[in-house]
Amino acid sequence: MKKFIIDPMDLSVEEIDDLIALANDIIKDRTRYQDVCAHKILATLFFEPSTRTRLSFESAMLSLGGNVLGFPTANVSSASKGETVSDTIHVTSGYCDIIAMRHPKEGAPVVASSACTVPLINAGDGGHNHPTQTLTDLLTIQREKGTLKNLTVGFCGDLKFGRTVHSLLKAMSRYEGTKFVFISPDELKLPDYLKEDILDPMGIEYKEVRSMEEVMPELDILYMTRVQQERFFNEQDYIRLRDTYILDEEKLQAAKKDMIVMHPLPRVNEIKTEVDADPRAAYFRQANNGRFIRMALILSLLGLQNEVERL
Amino acid sequence: MRIDSIKNGIVIDHIAAGKAKEVYDALDLGKLDCQVAIIMNCRSNKMGKKDIIKIDNDFDVDLDVLGYIDPNITVSIIKNGERVEKKKLQLPEKIINVAKCKNPRCITSVERDLDQVFYLANREKRIYRCYYCESKAEKKG
Repeated sequence: MKKFIIDPMDLSVEEIDDLIALANDIIKDRTRYQDVCAHKILATLFFEPSTRTRLSFESAMLSLGGNVLGFPTANVSSASKGETVSDTIHVTSGYCDIIAMRHPKEGAPVVASSACTVPLINAGDGGHNHPTQTLTDLLTIQREKGTLKNLTVGFCGDLKFGRTVHSLLKAMSRYEGTKFVFISPDELKLPDYLKEDILDPMGIEYKEVRSMEEVMPELDILYMTRVQQERFFNEQDYIRLRDTYILDEEKLQAAKKDMIVMHPLPRVNEIKTEVDADPRAAYFRQANNGRFIRMALILSLLGLQNEVERL
Repeated sequence: MRIDSIKNGIVIDHIAAGKAKEVYDALDLGKLDCQVAIIMNCRSNKMGKKDIIKIDNDFDVDLDVLGYIDPNITVSIIKNGERVEKKKLQLPEKIINVAKCKNPRCITSVERDLDQVFYLANREKRIYRCYYCESKAEKKG
């Protein structure tokens, strides 16, 4: 495994399989893993606030018996004094065994990795990559569907700017039999380069539609995203389209009994709360999985994935 | 119009019409002390119109820069009035400090002393992407 996980594609399919297997083993019996990272330190360097992601990393390390240190926002770090990312990482990698870093600038983890002496995980760089979200999604799909192969994945909402969609699309493209359905307004369609660079060369079947009702019965997974008002030029267009992409129980009637609904969260109004009680609503289980896949990733990057057998 | 042929130097030929200025700037030819002739809109059988740059001195041309601008450009080395070498260009795999990332959210917009690096992402379509944020390089014109 690479020392720096910056892009979800830094991991091979086999490495992802191993991480998922390890996460599943952790979920089965967490107590076996509770001391594996004793005396190890995770630094959470968040140059941009993201409470949820930071807490899930910290929870993962604490659940492994390790320690955490870090700063929650850039204005309490020396970045506010004008220090470069490279220098900050150079210094902090001397204080810890592994780093999880979030930065508002895209590509910041690439710069960080050139100065980093310990393993580093990108915890999100602007609208670019967020590999642990993708790993969380893959773990969720594997746990809910029992496989990552031969699945029809519907992405709904903002497919133009949504980085979780782009990353999961790349990751799922590597599995046999994957089909995609892209459900979005014309204004928020999937960028052409993803079709030209990934889907077309790999011969992956996909279609683009405007309404979710017409494709609902075909889907194994419905991955919802938020349609953000600021992406539209005028409010009327936004209001016209907003309600089209709200998932409710009525729309779910047409879905398969074992289809799952995913969402990277936070949601606003794109999934009605009435859907939460439906067994197909997997998004809270998905959020919960984030902690376990991060535990698996931390263990693997520290080379401690087999340590539990020794303890 | 007549431009004297050069004795020792370099001829950069088959530049797409109108692109000579971009080549001139990219190679920083303004810094040279010797004569530099920019000939624009020459008639060309192959290209219809083209630009040419003649440099009246030996000079280490950065072929990667030229290859990035247009791999169809040719570079001839002239010694004692004779062409001794004609260099064919290729699309470079990587370019450093030639193009600048235009993505305002890219780390290159704030990190000091960071090289601007682009890699060749699609040879067929000549697409370069920023090594850091993967944004497409925007070529002029």
